[in-house]
Order: sequence, then structure tokens, then C-alpha cells
Amino acid sequence: MGPSVTIVDYEAGNLRSVQRACEAVGLSAEISADPEVVRRADRLIFPGVGTAETAMVTLARLGLDEALMSFFQSGRPLLGICLGLQVLLDYTEEGGRDCLGIIPGQCKRFQFAESDYKVPQIGWNEVSKASEHALMAGVPEGAEFYFVHAYYAIPDQGSHVLAETTFGDKTFASVIGRDNVFATQFHLEKSGRFGLELLAAFGQWDGAVC
Amino acid sequence: MLSKRVVACLDVKNGELSKGVQFVATEMLGDPVAKAKAYYEDGLDELVFYDITASSDQRNIMLDVVQSVAQEIFIPFSVGGGIRTLEDAAGLLMAGAEKISLNSAAVLRPELIKECAQAIGAQNTVLSMDVRAVAPNTACPSGYEVVINGGRKAMGMDAIAWARRGCELGAGEVVVNSIDADGMKQGYEIQLTRMVAEAIPVPVVASGGAGTPEHLHQVLTKGKADAALVASMVHYGDYRVLDIKQYLNRQGVKVRMNY
Repeated sequence: MGPSVTIVDYEAGNLRSVQRACEAVGLSAEISADPEVVRRADRLIFPGVGTAETAMVTLARLGLDEALMSFFQSGRPLLGICLGLQVLLDYTEEGGRDCLGIIPGQCKRFQFAESDYKVPQIGWNEVSKASEHALMAGVPEGAEFYFVHAYYAIPDQGSHVLAETTFGDKTFASVIGRDNVFATQFHLEKSGRFGLELLAAFGQWDGAVC
Repeated sequence: MLSKRVVACLDVKNGELSKGVQFVATEMLGDPVAKAKAYYEDGLDELVFYDITASSDQRNIMLDVVQSVAQEIFIPFSVGGGIRTLEDAAGLLMAGAEKISLNSAAVLRPELIKECAQAIGAQNTVLSMDVRAVAPNTACPSGYEVVINGGRKAMGMDAIAWARRGCELGAGEVVVNSIDADGMKQGYEIQLTRMVAEAIPVPVVASGGAGTPEHLHQVLTKGKADAALVASMVHYGDYRVLDIKQYLNRQGVKVRMNY
């Protein structure tokens, strides 16, 4: 049995696809909505699709917001995916909502003057490294990952931006992180080989930046 | 920069891959999962499965297909065909599909789009519409009409108006299938695709008529489509997904080449 990960279940989308991707790279993955299980996890994956507003309400109702904070403080590896990245910041424009505040910054909605850029961004796009990070070491420059999102993160500190992606005329932070937290705006569970490799690397990660 | 997507469409009948011309299934082509996996390894960007099984008691076979695909293939895939209720949609998502594709049932009861978008997210709710050209008239001023039930029943509804309405109800993506072009390998309906793409704020997937990589080039540029669906041209081995993407890349269309 490989390293074990716990996938946080807060009623935000299809967690089975994340679980299947974990299994494909030899990680044993359990899905749980129990704050105690989340607090004690070896490694945590915090996925999610849907709206930030619903996510924050559900996390609070299930007591998972505090469990996530306490897991973050433990120093064990935490992986956020898509909406799971967005609610790590202080605030999101979506519903004007305060979020977990694990990474200082906020989320904004894509706004384009030109109607040729359709929001949400749906599809494959290139991810370029912005800071050195242990988990990004194996990702080739220009590798593409699968995105589905209308909001993007703006961390306050440049050092929290690990990789960037350009959509329309906007270059945004597509991977962010600090300490033991690593989060991708793209769906690594749906991003073919490079996504699976990143997931496998997370399974081996000790939670240190470099 | 966002890449244009090459999407393979697999029509599945009683668990087997089938291929038709102008929406009539004509030939069986074997195991859809094996085929899908080969395309995935060849750099395909996305998959669509349509369940064209006629009898409803055979529908569980489709759930098995979806489950197998979800275990082996790690790119997005949607499933359509015969989804009439939110429960049908939820069952397919649970089995591992990312997106569900609504067609006839949404035409008959548009609220289905809203129910799905609210429950599973707009980004996972695809409106797939079957369209044919008609002489422009009061009901269909665009000259394109929506048809249902695999192309058998005309609805007297304008295709462009329906695409707009579908987006208002929450569809996060629209697939435009041209019945006239389907299976003919003579190219996509460029004008129809472009009209829909210019009318709605969400991505458009062009479908029906692909026979050569140049057809994809045309619809992804002139037709303003965000993605192009292929079936016969890859199922019969006329082209590999890799060939199509290399061609598009050479023509200056941004596609995912590194995988």
C-alpha cells in the first residue's frame, strides 16, 4: 500500500475522479467529511468545484474550516485543487466572501473587453514556473493542464506565486503555495500524464518548499 | 494561451462503439473503452460518449462503460444520450463522468438545464443541440432549426435562439451538431458554428462533418469554435489524433502538443 491521502468531502463536486487519479498513481485515498479524520490525515487533498460562497457555508456547517486550519498548522502536506485553491485566500469577489486566509490575497473574476475570450476558461493551457518548488521540479516548461474556472487568485506576496498561466490578455497565478501548502487552479486529476505525475509527487512530498 | 481542443466522440450502443451516417447507426466498431484509451495515449484532449442504446433496460451497460473509462483515462469526458432527469445526470457523474450533455430532454423541458446547472455546476452542464438547415422563416429566422430524437423530430425552434436560452438557463458549454453534415466527411457547418459562437458567452464545440484535419482547421478559425469533435475520421483509422494535432499546430492553431 502506497502513501495515504485524505480527500476532503464538503459536497463540492465529483471527488471520485480525484480518488481514481490517486489510485492510478499508487496512493491510497479515502474520502471524508469528518473534521477529526481531516485533522489527523497524513496528507490532505482539498478539491472542489462549484461556488466559493456555497463552499464556505458548507465548510463551516461541517466544522471543516477549523479542521483545515488546524491541519495547515500541523505542517503536513496539503494540496488544494481548483475551488480548493480559491478558498485558501483571504477573500473572493465571488459572492463577496471571506475565505480561509491561509494564503494572503484574493480572488477576482476574469473580465475581458474583447468578447473572443469566453469565461469560464475551459480547456488546456500552459503553466510556466514562477518560483522554485520541490513539487514543480518534474513539470516540463510549457506543459499544459486542464482548467475550468471563472475566478483567479491574486496572492499578496509574489513568493506565493509558484506558476503562471496566460488566459486572454491576463497572466494569473495558476499554482500558488506557501510552507506545506501547494494549490493548483487546474484539475491535475484531469490533466493526463503531467497531472498524474504531479499527484504522484505530492504523495512523496515532505511539505518543504525546496 | 488557451489551446483549442480536439474531442473524440464515441457513440455507444449496448456497450459497443457504433458509427452512423446522418444519425443512423450503421456499423459496430468494438470496445469503446479500448478505443478511448488509445486516443488518450495519442494526445486526445477530451472525450464525449453518447449512449444511443434504444431500450432503457440496457442503460446500465453505459454506467459500466463510464466507470471503466474513469478508471483508465485522465482527461475530461462528458456523457450524453437519454438523460431525462437530474437523477440520470447524477448517476453518470457518480460513475465518473465530468460533464453531462443534455439534448432532446432539455428541448422538451428546458428547466432540466437549470436543475442540472444548479445541482452539479454550470461548468459540468453541456447543452448539445442537433440542428439542420431550413429556409429562414418566422419560427427559425436564422435558417437553422433544432431537431430532437436523433434527428427524427423537427421542433420548429430556432437554433441560435435555443443556444442563447440554454446559456441563460445555465449551460456552461454548447455542442452544435449539424445533422446535414454528420458522417458525410465533407467538413463542418462553418456558418452555423460561427453564428452560435458569436451569439453565446460560453465555449462552443463543433460537431458533424469532420473528414480531414483541414476541416478542423476551418471550424476552429473561421467557425470560431473552441473545440472540434471528430468521430469517423479517427474510428476507422484514417487519421490518428496525433496527425490531426500536428496538422493544426503547423497551421498556427494553438493545440496541446506536449503530453
